[in-house]
Amino acid sequence: MIKTYDILETIRMIQNECLDIRTITMGISLLDCIDADIDKACEKVYTKITTKAKNLVKVGEDIEKELGIPIINKRLSVTPIAIISAACGCSPVPFAKAMDKAAKDVGVNLIGGYSALVQKGFSAGDIELIGSIPEALACTERVCSSVNIGSTKTGINLDACKLMGQIIKDTAEITKDKACFGAAKLVVFCNAVEDNPFMAGAFHGVGEPDCMINVGVSGPGVVRAALAKYPDADITQISDIIKKTSFKITRVGQLVGTMASKRLGVPFGIVDLSLAPTPAVGDSVAHILEEIGLEQCGTHGTTATLALLNDAVKKGGVMACSSIGGLSGAFIPVSEDAGMIDAARSGVLTIEKLEAMTAVCSVGLDMIVIPGDTTPDTIAAIIADEAAIGMVNCKTTAVRVVPAIGKDVGEELDWGGLFGCGPVMPLKKASASKFINRGGQIPAPLHSLKN
Amino acid sequence: MRAVVAVIGKDAVGILAKVATKCAEYNANVVEVSQSVLEDIFAMTMLVDISRLNKEFTLLVDDLSAMGRSMGLEIHTMHEDIFKVMHEV
Repeated sequence: MIKTYDILETIRMIQNECLDIRTITMGISLLDCIDADIDKACEKVYTKITTKAKNLVKVGEDIEKELGIPIINKRLSVTPIAIISAACGCSPVPFAKAMDKAAKDVGVNLIGGYSALVQKGFSAGDIELIGSIPEALACTERVCSSVNIGSTKTGINLDACKLMGQIIKDTAEITKDKACFGAAKLVVFCNAVEDNPFMAGAFHGVGEPDCMINVGVSGPGVVRAALAKYPDADITQISDIIKKTSFKITRVGQLVGTMASKRLGVPFGIVDLSLAPTPAVGDSVAHILEEIGLEQCGTHGTTATLALLNDAVKKGGVMACSSIGGLSGAFIPVSEDAGMIDAARSGVLTIEKLEAMTAVCSVGLDMIVIPGDTTPDTIAAIIADEAAIGMVNCKTTAVRVVPAIGKDVGEELDWGGLFGCGPVMPLKKASASKFINRGGQIPAPLHSLKN
Repeated sequence: MRAVVAVIGKDAVGILAKVATKCAEYNANVVEVSQSVLEDIFAMTMLVDISRLNKEFTLLVDDLSAMGRSMGLEIHTMHEDIFKVMHEV
């Protein structure tokens, strides 16, 4: 029989320490929906999504109940729409509406893939799509958008950085009556991955099969609680405790993915080994770093502790699942993490420190509220900096900043729910416009030449 | 297919009997029981066979949980796989 201690430990993790499966994301290829007639194409998109995903929510809820573990989100990702809409030669906003309606009708809260991949240049379809992002995010509820502007293999498309600086600003402006929420659903990537189950950056890559299930795990609270039991452990032991905890969390992700894949008749793709925080008490990545020994997240030592955490999470998770993918690492979205929010409010956590942190953990400058008067060129320069970290370190980096239109440092934006709230963080005032307006391509680094 | 029923709360007369009766209603066969009472706190884990249930497993989960609430207890009914994957390599 399973040991009583183990049973009670699992129940405690779920009940008291916020252990959950963050998302089951179904990736759906829309390549077979391409049509020069946009109405026909949108109809095919709607039909394909609602057919493939019709049982997703029900299956998720059943598994949740049978295993007794919450599965917070059931979500969808689709082929980057710029590829699908290119044949239509017009604004792809109707695709966003079709995605939104399909997501609503199958009962998922977010759908990703209103995306373009422009790391080496734009096609006409890419330009149409990027230009339509503000409108698409303003007129839909559930659609998420992402644009890949660089990679280790190609370098960084500086023209795309500039364009995205403007698009982020425009998206915030057009949704300012909803606390600039549009910008919270828009991610700019370097080295974007094709099987990411997490929003807002999920899309279904063209190398993926027709339909696929990917799972994102979570559990910062569990890691923190495990560390709290060993206040005097040395740092090697800390790493070991994180590994063991991560193993357990990931095994549940693998189980949920396997069950969902079987019941939906769709192949199981990957488990994304991530520590994804929520604004809920006891579900914070920042608090893990504080448990390791920082007075507050953002102070000196933050980068080192985060590097250790990120590495130990992967080492523990790697043996626990059949296939790893997505972003896999600790997430540091400021507005979605109670500890980060506090640290940003107190001024200990700054954007410069966050930038350093992104060099050693999953993704990048995530859910950061910036002053409303930030110029598009400054946002573009933030994107370029972050992309450079990703390009040189062969890792995914991203920027999801929200210009708080009409607000400045000292004020906050509040979206509630999983998106949380964030204080406006100060930026440097000196301009980077000349650099950004040079345009062109930042060449790929030497170590991209591996062949 | 088996499930674990974990009951945690203040000790009282008849907890085991009530949980076992509810399981019987669903045709869930009790395979093993382990229980302890530590300073008034009652903790019981029960392994039940759910392969021949006469209703949906999820209904049993809800039913036991509701019964627990009415008795001031926490009752968690979970498929055994979650414990196996977490605690066995």
